Amino acid sequence: MDKVLEFLLPPAKSTIAGQVDGLFIFILAVSAVLLVGISFAIIYFSWKYKRRSEQDTTPVITHNTKLEVAWSVIPLILVMIVFGWGFTGYMNMRTVPTDAYEIRVVGKSWLWEFHYENGTVSVNELHVPANRPVNLVMSSNDVIHSFYIPDYRVKRDVLPNRYSNVWFEAMETGESVIFCTEYCGRAHSNMIATVTAHSESDFENWLATANVIDESLSPVELGKELIAKNGCNACHSVDGSRMVGPSYKGSWMAERELEDGSVVTVDANYLRESILEPNAKIGAGYDPVMPSYQGLLSDREIDAIIEYIKTID
Amino acid sequence: MAHSTASSSAPAHLQHHFVDSDQQFESSKMGMWIFLVTEILFFGGLFAAYIVYRAWYPDLYVQASTQLDTFWGAVNTAVLIGSSLTVAMAIRSAQLNQIKGLIINLYITIGLAFTFMVIKYFEYVHKFEKGIFPGQYYTYEGIAHEKANIFFSIYYMMTGLHGLHVIIGIGLMIWLLVKAKKGAFSAEYYTPVEITGLYWHLVDVIWIFLFPLLYLID
Amino acid sequence: METSALKRLQVQRFKPEENPEIHYLNSERGLWSWLSTVDHKRIGLMYLASIAIFFFIGGVLALVLRTELLSPAQSFLDADVYNQVFTLHGAIMIFFFLVPSVPAALGNFILPIQLGAKDVAFPRLNLASFYIYTIGTVFTLVAIITGAVDTGWTFYTPYSTETGTNVLLMTLGIFILGFSSILTGVNFIVTIHKMRAPGMTWSKLPLNVWSLYATSIIQVLATPVLAITLLLLVMERALGIGIFDPALGGDPVLFQHFFWFYSHPAVYIMIVPGFGVISEVISTFSRKHIFGYWAIALSSLAIAFIGFLVWGHHMFTAGQSSLASMVFSFLTFLVGIPTGIKIFNWLATMYKGSIDLKAPMLYAMVFLFLFTIGGFTGIMLGALSVDIHLHDTYFVVAHFHYVMMGGMVMALLAGLHYWWPKMFGKMYSEVYARISCALIFIGFNLAFLPQFVMGAQGMPRRYFNYIDQFQPFHQLSTMGAYIMGVGFVIMFFYLLHSLVRGEKAASNPWGSRALEWQTTSPAAPHNFEHTPVVIHGPYDYHKPMSEFQLGIAHGHHGESHQPETLETVAETGTRP
Repeated sequence: MDKVLEFLLPPAKSTIAGQVDGLFIFILAVSAVLLVGISFAIIYFSWKYKRRSEQDTTPVITHNTKLEVAWSVIPLILVMIVFGWGFTGYMNMRTVPTDAYEIRVVGKSWLWEFHYENGTVSVNELHVPANRPVNLVMSSNDVIHSFYIPDYRVKRDVLPNRYSNVWFEAMETGESVIFCTEYCGRAHSNMIATVTAHSESDFENWLATANVIDESLSPVELGKELIAKNGCNACHSVDGSRMVGPSYKGSWMAERELEDGSVVTVDANYLRESILEPNAKIGAGYDPVMPSYQGLLSDREIDAIIEYIKTID
Repeated sequence: MAHSTASSSAPAHLQHHFVDSDQQFESSKMGMWIFLVTEILFFGGLFAAYIVYRAWYPDLYVQASTQLDTFWGAVNTAVLIGSSLTVAMAIRSAQLNQIKGLIINLYITIGLAFTFMVIKYFEYVHKFEKGIFPGQYYTYEGIAHEKANIFFSIYYMMTGLHGLHVIIGIGLMIWLLVKAKKGAFSAEYYTPVEITGLYWHLVDVIWIFLFPLLYLID
Repeated sequence: METSALKRLQVQRFKPEENPEIHYLNSERGLWSWLSTVDHKRIGLMYLASIAIFFFIGGVLALVLRTELLSPAQSFLDADVYNQVFTLHGAIMIFFFLVPSVPAALGNFILPIQLGAKDVAFPRLNLASFYIYTIGTVFTLVAIITGAVDTGWTFYTPYSTETGTNVLLMTLGIFILGFSSILTGVNFIVTIHKMRAPGMTWSKLPLNVWSLYATSIIQVLATPVLAITLLLLVMERALGIGIFDPALGGDPVLFQHFFWFYSHPAVYIMIVPGFGVISEVISTFSRKHIFGYWAIALSSLAIAFIGFLVWGHHMFTAGQSSLASMVFSFLTFLVGIPTGIKIFNWLATMYKGSIDLKAPMLYAMVFLFLFTIGGFTGIMLGALSVDIHLHDTYFVVAHFHYVMMGGMVMALLAGLHYWWPKMFGKMYSEVYARISCALIFIGFNLAFLPQFVMGAQGMPRRYFNYIDQFQPFHQLSTMGAYIMGVGFVIMFFYLLHSLVRGEKAASNPWGSRALEWQTTSPAAPHNFEHTPVVIHGPYDYHKPMSEFQLGIAHGHHGESHQPETLETVAETGTRP
């Protein structure tokens, strides 16, 4: 059974995962038994009662009340068990423990932003304490997204103009993947993030140092790390291939034609403006879809990103 | 095609696949009734939107409905109810083989329907002048509610769709008039008059719901 | 509806003529005779040709998608094209193929014959429905050519109001298409109520008619709501009315409620007609009375009605209240029961039958197997806590393909092979039919079973690239899709061969007792040369064949045809 579980379901890393998996396996097992029975009956009947001649006569069996009641009532009982089981599991998912640690989540096309109580902001990487309930309060800046962690068995749509929430308690430390599961356009499948569950002390550590710049890095190295951390590479490639936005490769000091036909040089001022006010000057052939990084990146971080872009050619 | 010996004696209006006039009449009537059910569900979607927003923003409806002209709304209600009466009289005339009465009643019905549309036109123009447009074009500042544009989106969708049905009704009635003048209808065959009448009653009934729901809120 | 007044009718036996010279296919000739026809059989065939074309287009799009998904990263489609292709695949398969498949194509052809009527109640309206369908498809094709649509077939707001593509034309096309569906529904309901032959009482209606009746009710009640929803979406884009657009103060979840209020019942439009076909095929090829006639007939109606109350199960993660989710989940399980009952009834029909494994029966058995899997996985998705995990993953994709394709398409193929002789008066190659059935069965399972696994593992749907761990599943799935493609190509060729030089079919090649087999193959221009009279039900295999080929004596041919046998007076219920 464990082997089957491992094959069918991702590892169960949250407190509610076990309950979901239990019901999943229950339905799977009952279904498998019934499916085997039905398939066997089909095959057996078509062998046993194969037509012998055109003159075959068959008995007139129009109905059988006992049998019909049996195959209505037994499935009804089974599905009612499933209903009750599923509903209690669902209520556990919806009832947030009062001591839950709260994190704000903002979905933007196409990245996830996580805001923590001390003002720390991370992009596309969620850090949570393990063995403690965490409540995510989520909203979207544009279209509908959906926040999904397969390992934790949680999912909730993220809507514009209102808050939704999801809570979980990670049972062990480690990384898991976060998907967007509500179709949101071009880079929907790149809207992937990771959740890292830390032990309580590691989490405190991370929180304290996350937005502190690592002084040992050179500006270029820092820029490279920031590009990865902030989800820039979901839309901008470093190898010249065209994605949602222009590639970084060879862009430094290149002439770029804009949507209105004018031409700009991709210099430090243009890059800075494009990070803080992305829709001010859109490259020809691209859509105005990039979210603003105003307030997410410090001047020094922007400088580092520019330094890094300079090196990509 | 030798499919019916009865065809020599069958009336001209009887289509080949029906056994007799009764079956044809019953079928047409039932078809129209079912179509009316689909119409109700069609408007039902708008009523659902209306109900949802009204439940969320009750005060919006109270404020916004003051912009609607209750007097002309009431006049229009009377006009439509009157036209329902004349259309019923048209059917009655057809049943009694009074073709002249049928034609006169159709004329009156068409006239009333036009009156309704003219009044509606002035109501719309009056609102447009104030800047009360649906959704994003809404510019009027007389209502202190941020969702006022949504109310008027619903208002324009509901009354606009209803108006479209009135126009279709006028078209049908003109078609009936032309056929009646050619002598197509008699006490034996007046199915199109009957089912157009059913349609017209539905248009009337929908308005009877729209009027209090939109105009008479307080 | 049953009238108590019984009328005595003078009946005689009319044996159907074998291979008649004049039939509906050649009674009039020329393209114009087809384009202007009001004959339900010809309209049915025109629908059949249309849905075949759309199935081909949708199928090719599916293969394009599957090919792109062979590798985790982008290969030959970019994200935009991929998104447009999956949108088109969904929209075409659902609105242009599945919804009209069994009702409009097979139903139009077979329903009046099964009732013993000369035509549907409103033949001109029927032709109009076909042209409305055509206009709808033209709009959609224009939308595809001039700019494509990338919203997914669900058109969720606010994405659908913001994306720069041709949503307006596409939704207008589907809006127009809806009217075709509504008018067909109206036509069928009236036909079933008013056009039945003498003796065709409600308890003798073929089960196919019952399921078309249930389907028509759904079409009539649900489609207008889709129409108004799409109209609001069109207005949203054209005039910015903002009812669904959060930027203007509207509510995007309201759109989902509206959309699913139609689209969930629409799921039943896409499966209930299949139940009817399967009931006919299983009874005929088991040469045995159907088990639980009323259970099957009424469970279709039950599904139709409860189906209106479960739309919220598409929105368990969307932010509706927990109470609403509970109610929707509960009702969803209730729909499962009548569906299960049908499966057991069909099995019981096979029990002690005389089973002939011809192509239609093979498809019916494939249907039973695949649809059962579709049903069980539906139970998983209906369970609230499990659905949270599975929602919007490939598990859902696999589930609805098992229901729609494993269910409805297999039923359509069963019906097509079953009624093919009645349509064209020709037989097809049984050998190739079996080969293609086997390929489709194997290919289908290979394509969609792995999708259950990767869905449960967490692979979200509508992803054009994905993380590496899912690659083996995607590769298996793509392989299966190609095998299925081969199966359909073989089918196309043997059916074409059958049309051109197939063996002539007998009027009743399967030895069925149902009324449609008591006329010539292909059917006569007005279905029957006489007014048929029914005294036994369509599944009464214990009654002699001579009692199934009855018509009103002297009714229509005057003295030109002398009766072969004069039956005694039969007592029947009159036309209600």
